[in-house]
Amino acid sequence: MYSILEAKELVADSIYEFVVKAPNVAANCEPGQFVIVRTDEDSERIPLTICDYDREKETITIVVQVIGASTFKMKSLKTGDAFSDFVGPLGRPSELIDTPIDELKQKKILFVAGGLGTAPVYPQVKWLHEHGVDADVIVGAKTKDLLIMEEEMEAVAGTLYITTDDGSYKRQGMVTKVIEDLYAEGKKYDLCITIGPMIMMKFVCLLTKKLELKTIVSMNPIMVDGTGMCGACRLTVGDSVKFACVDGPEFDGHLVNFDEAMKRTQIYKTAEGRAYLKAKEGDTHHGGCGHCGGDK
Amino acid sequence: MDVLKKVPIREQDPKVRATNFEEVCLGYNKEEAMEEASRCLNCKNAQCVKGCPVSISIPDFIKEVKEGNFKEAYDVISQSSSLPAVCGRVCPQESQCEGKCIRGIKGEPVSIGKLERFVADWAFENGVKPSVNAEKKNKKVAVIGSGPSGLSCAGDLAKMGYDVTVFEALHELGGVLVYGIPEFRLPKEKVVKKEIENVKALGVKFEKNTIIGKSFTIDELIDKYGFEAVFIGSGAGLPKFMGIPGENANGVFSANEYLTRSNLMKAFKESDTPIMIGKKVVVVGGGNVAMDAARTALRLGSEVHIVYRRSEEELPARVEEVHHAKEEGIIFNLITNPVEILSDENGWVSGIKCIKMELGEPDESGRRSPVEISGSEFEIECDAVIMSLGTSPNPLISSTTKGLEINRRKCIVVKEENGETSKDGVFAGGDAVTGAATVILAMGAGRTAAKGIDEYLTAKGN
Repeated sequence: MYSILEAKELVADSIYEFVVKAPNVAANCEPGQFVIVRTDEDSERIPLTICDYDREKETITIVVQVIGASTFKMKSLKTGDAFSDFVGPLGRPSELIDTPIDELKQKKILFVAGGLGTAPVYPQVKWLHEHGVDADVIVGAKTKDLLIMEEEMEAVAGTLYITTDDGSYKRQGMVTKVIEDLYAEGKKYDLCITIGPMIMMKFVCLLTKKLELKTIVSMNPIMVDGTGMCGACRLTVGDSVKFACVDGPEFDGHLVNFDEAMKRTQIYKTAEGRAYLKAKEGDTHHGGCGHCGGDK
Repeated sequence: MDVLKKVPIREQDPKVRATNFEEVCLGYNKEEAMEEASRCLNCKNAQCVKGCPVSISIPDFIKEVKEGNFKEAYDVISQSSSLPAVCGRVCPQESQCEGKCIRGIKGEPVSIGKLERFVADWAFENGVKPSVNAEKKNKKVAVIGSGPSGLSCAGDLAKMGYDVTVFEALHELGGVLVYGIPEFRLPKEKVVKKEIENVKALGVKFEKNTIIGKSFTIDELIDKYGFEAVFIGSGAGLPKFMGIPGENANGVFSANEYLTRSNLMKAFKESDTPIMIGKKVVVVGGGNVAMDAARTALRLGSEVHIVYRRSEEELPARVEEVHHAKEEGIIFNLITNPVEILSDENGWVSGIKCIKMELGEPDESGRRSPVEISGSEFEIECDAVIMSLGTSPNPLISSTTKGLEINRRKCIVVKEENGETSKDGVFAGGDAVTGAATVILAMGAGRTAAKGIDEYLTAKGN
């Protein structure tokens, strides 16, 4: 069992943060890698990008959004509870880690985070900050209430640009609009790293391709084992098929086939929805979902 | 009794079992086992032993069964095998022990596999465990992977007195025995868990959720954690696909994914992990894994076709699996090869385009290689395709271990006689070395490496 040293609700009923004791993961993980977590014996194996780590305290921080049955179960976990399984670090570290610091210092780096993607962007920005490189960060959220980790990000980012789709906080519009605005102001970058919903990453890549700005994306496809065995996470990058769990999760965004990747995330949508409803409503669910037959 | 024929084995009725996940084969009872054992000629120069990758003293254990000395029979088997209840169920006996049986020349060979299974199950039921007599050696050995090769290597080393720790990446122990082979062929609670309990009883320690190459490296195992030798039994890895158009459509799965969802994640019964239940499923491939995937899909309620590019004779699966699959209603489309997976406007599989083949000249493997018959393309309508074409080794260990030689196929290179790799103190065996093969070959390699490790550590002294 893997103890939860701290459980925090970041967004009411939706986004949760857990600081977990996991010595083996904390000792060897790097920004960009992920873990696989299981709440209990019946839970799915859920891949989650590492959001922070503390080698001395032997902890890993993960941020979870409730979207299905297994993440719904995580919602009720409190400080002092434990996950039944927690394995990692999985996937390859961010390319930044292997780039000489001097080289990084000469680069203008832009991070573009959307929604929950803010969490996995954070350790990369923090790592750069600790190595004397200040990167600019754009964080987009649907609305003010869904914005996470603003203070933490502020502390490690060069300049932090926040935008909300509905204009309820700071700038108004999508993250792509911020990129356009920055370029219109005469700013220029050498490298962009974007993490967020696939649809957002797709549009960021379409824009940065036009701007001739090299862009790295972190893909979050469906996974089962996460160790290079099942092939569920395969995606097309350029001319070849890659496995996100061992070849990624980070890829050259201009080569990723996003339309195929987005389509593949839909495979289990119906089954997942059904399981989520069951977990949420338990025995009180008597139909209306269109799947369970309770309303017939 | 007809001595030329095996004592028939009791099985679940095909119609009934096609809708459940209970074990297909019910096994022999005492009387049946003793009767079958009496068919053994107890050959002096026993050919069956030569056919066994772990060299079980087959005539000796069968002789004990014949006399009703089941505990003694178990002791004979467990000298050579750490997983008899598994092997009795999943070994390809027809090409190994039973394939060499002298009885088989005129009639049917002795049912060695079923007898082994009987003895192992009898031992479970009667609480008989393998015994360790060896003096404790104060030397730590790490085993990577808790699949057949790892368990067999760990069991043998523990019996020799070594302090063994097995590291497993997944949340369950057993490797392919747990994620790959379905419940109806190899029950998890009744068989796999108990076999692992037996290995634990020998003093072997297990660490789950630890992925070597990521959680820590082989060098760390040796330098930081004080292991004096390491066995790599990390198994097969990435699933192969054909490289034909449409393979990333929704509804195309690797057999590994499909089986892992059903077996490890228990999607075949109540669990949070979903599995797609197609109306009509096409499984591509002809090995044991293809049969397992096909029979799983059938039990979940799908109509299932197997598409294989050679003929029935060349099917690599165990004869019993093919026989069972047919009995259960799986449809075989043989000498047929897929050329494209078709999908609808939303990207979901709608069919598979195949081409008929004919068998040409034998290739280097001795099998007649299939050649396309031009113009013979046809379509099979289906909503799911399961690709069961084998695997290529997992890169996690080879890419993070300096000095470990791998070959062109990314398999770890070892000396056949002792499993030694190019890296000092590191041994390997099983699918990580051979590419996808069988449970028993992996166990044999685990055994060989255990001997190799013992020799290595003995020579090294203190």
